[in-house]
Amino acid sequence: MSKTIMTVDDSASVRQMVTFTLAQAGYQVVEAKDGKDALSKLSGASVSMVLTDLNMPNMDGIQLIRCLRANPSCKFIPIVMLTTESQADKKQEGKTAGATGWIVKPFKPDQLLAVVKKVLG
Amino acid sequence: MEFQIESQREIYRAEACELLSELETSLLALEEDPCDTEVIGRVFRALHTIKGSGAMAGFDDIASFTHDIENVFDLLRNNELCVTKTLVDLTLQAGDRIRSMLDVAEGEAAALAASATDITNALKQLIPTREEPAAKPPQTQRPEPEQQQEQKTFRIYFRPNPEIFSRGANPLLLFDELRQMGKCTVIAHTEAVPDLEELDPEECHFSWDVILTTNRGENGIRDVFIFVEDDCELEIKALDMPGLDENGIPPKRLGEILIERGLVSYEDLQKALGSQTRLGELLVARGVIEASMIESSLAEQEHLQAVRSKHLKEEQASSIRVRAEKLDTLVNLVGEMVTVQARLSQTAASIDHPELMSIAEEVEHLTAELRDNTLSIRMLPIGTTFTKFNRLVRDLSGELGKEILLTTDGGETELDKTVIERLNDPLVHLIRNCIDHGIEAPQTREAAGKPRQGTVRLSAMHSGASVLIRITDDGAGLASEAIRSKAIERGLISADAELSEKEIFSLIFAPGFSTAAKITSVSGRGVGMDVVKRSLDALRGSIDVSSRQGVGTTITLKLPLTLAIVDGLLVQVRDGRFVLPLSTVEECVELTREDVARAHGRHITRVRGEIVPYIRLRERFAINGERPEVEQIVITESAGGKVGLVVDKVIGEHQTVIKNIGKVFQNVDELSGATILGDGTVALIIDVHKLVQSVEMDQASIH
Repeated sequence: MSKTIMTVDDSASVRQMVTFTLAQAGYQVVEAKDGKDALSKLSGASVSMVLTDLNMPNMDGIQLIRCLRANPSCKFIPIVMLTTESQADKKQEGKTAGATGWIVKPFKPDQLLAVVKKVLG
Repeated sequence: MEFQIESQREIYRAEACELLSELETSLLALEEDPCDTEVIGRVFRALHTIKGSGAMAGFDDIASFTHDIENVFDLLRNNELCVTKTLVDLTLQAGDRIRSMLDVAEGEAAALAASATDITNALKQLIPTREEPAAKPPQTQRPEPEQQQEQKTFRIYFRPNPEIFSRGANPLLLFDELRQMGKCTVIAHTEAVPDLEELDPEECHFSWDVILTTNRGENGIRDVFIFVEDDCELEIKALDMPGLDENGIPPKRLGEILIERGLVSYEDLQKALGSQTRLGELLVARGVIEASMIESSLAEQEHLQAVRSKHLKEEQASSIRVRAEKLDTLVNLVGEMVTVQARLSQTAASIDHPELMSIAEEVEHLTAELRDNTLSIRMLPIGTTFTKFNRLVRDLSGELGKEILLTTDGGETELDKTVIERLNDPLVHLIRNCIDHGIEAPQTREAAGKPRQGTVRLSAMHSGASVLIRITDDGAGLASEAIRSKAIERGLISADAELSEKEIFSLIFAPGFSTAAKITSVSGRGVGMDVVKRSLDALRGSIDVSSRQGVGTTITLKLPLTLAIVDGLLVQVRDGRFVLPLSTVEECVELTREDVARAHGRHITRVRGEIVPYIRLRERFAINGERPEVEQIVITESAGGKVGLVVDKVIGEHQTVIKNIGKVFQNVDELSGATILGDGTVALIIDVHKLVQSVEMDQASIH
């Protein structure tokens, strides 16, 4: 049974790249376009890992991470945030909120897979 | 992949256009109300996404250009700058510029970006004079520590904070990652785990010592812990490797390690050493340190010892590269040696000289050993050939829209270098066939209740003096009816011929045979299987097909271990001698005059209830002279079944050094070479399979 990973990003091209890369590596992927969308889609599916952007409308990544960590079923799953090099403080904020790791944008498919493997095994 | 990248760019273009419209609307709204932080946030987000996604979709110029504008809005967001009309104007211009950069081809975009500096410069002027953080080039993670460093051993102490789990981290995965970096010993410390009633299962109270020997260096190790480095205590220390260069120095003793780690003082150690029990137990008993610390230090000792002995072994197992021709010459020389040795043995036996006999015997042993060793030098594992096929399968399955997994097995099986080289093309062909004809399209497979992904299994193993290579697929299998009707249509068999399944399958090796409904770029032209067969024949190998419709096909290639020297059976017809490859020989039986009489002129005999046709070499090779009273039949097994070869006398096993026969005999298919016997005479090596085939053909033309 392959693991399901949720990718949360308001950019369709990033979502597509992430989905394609993960699906190629044999993971199931659920897409969400912002934090709110992610939470609503989570409340049915069981997700092994969440990859989230930080800057998003409606609900940003930091808030999403806080909500996930408050939810008993997501309390211990790996959450990886997508950051840019100019967001050092955001990264710290995300870590405090409970993010497991981060990937600096732009990234290559191999780097994404390496991080997923690192936190998901 | 090419397509993937293009479609990614397409999606990005559409997305960026949308974002640019939004940017415009937001900017206009901002002009109305310059203090609306919500709108400023929207502008920032739009720019941010244009930048971030642009870099990922390969629009680097757009990314770097947008980066500068984004910086300005970052300042706005943090109230370090105020919105002015100039700023809005400039940003609108910048938006237009990005739009045109999206529309033009890559090269021109760079030119546009270069000309866009006027906008960025103007924007920069808006920024109040302030220590501007030097614009960092977009950086990806940490630089990859790929450069190979020398093997070093590290001691890693890792104690995560108790709340590490609540950040979704799993320490065990870190150890898995470390294990992939090299030889790794992990020791867990459990002293800090509280009693059950006080234990919070959501907290981590373990700490670990890891001894790791790796070539990635300390940075490589730190990279493993990158996500948790702020939430743990992490110490990485390089250990020196005592005695690595000078043999004979004992590895570090436990006491030394304990002192070095600062776990016990030298005085404690001295006191402890005063008694007689083992140091470790003693220190624990005295309550100086915890038991697991001792355990960990002992593990370190063991690890270092293991690494050291492995290192020594590796040094001993060093290898040198030799030109292939040198090896060929060596093999030829060994061949000559074997021939001379046979002569020596024969001469010694004929003059009946005991001392010489014993020398001859010794030489015989040595030559056999020399031969085996020399031949083994030429042996290579077939695995390298196997790995090449991964690419082939990947490319082909993509081309044909099929999902196929290639698994390999027995890659360490060794075969003669020449055999491996000449095996490549037939294998490519067989695998192409598997993918094209064997494995069905994903939809068809699902409909048949099979997994979408087809599997092609490539395996190699030893079987006596041969190597078996199997190509197994879980595809559609061979349609024996289709093969049969095609064969009838092509006149290969008569319409009423009764053939076993095996015989039907062997028809696919006929030249120009193909049942494929249509010719694809990959296969179907019917050129191929006969070529595969011919190349295998040239290697003195055989090919066997078994298949079940709907379940899959297995093709087995049987190959001799080596080409230069074979074990043969020496036989005699009148005064001519022949060698039959021992791998084809099943058994030897007698053929008496009565047997011949009983068969009423047909060339068949009965071997333990089984009817076996035979070929009389005397007749086949037109050798005159009277047949002996009792002839011998050598029963051989070849692709077409059992066939007996009738000879006058079976002399015995013979180490056969294969020599090519001259051009004159090139067209004689029945002979695969010649060898020189102990008495200096020449014996011809019979290609049993070809012999049987040519006899069959002659028979067919008679009828």
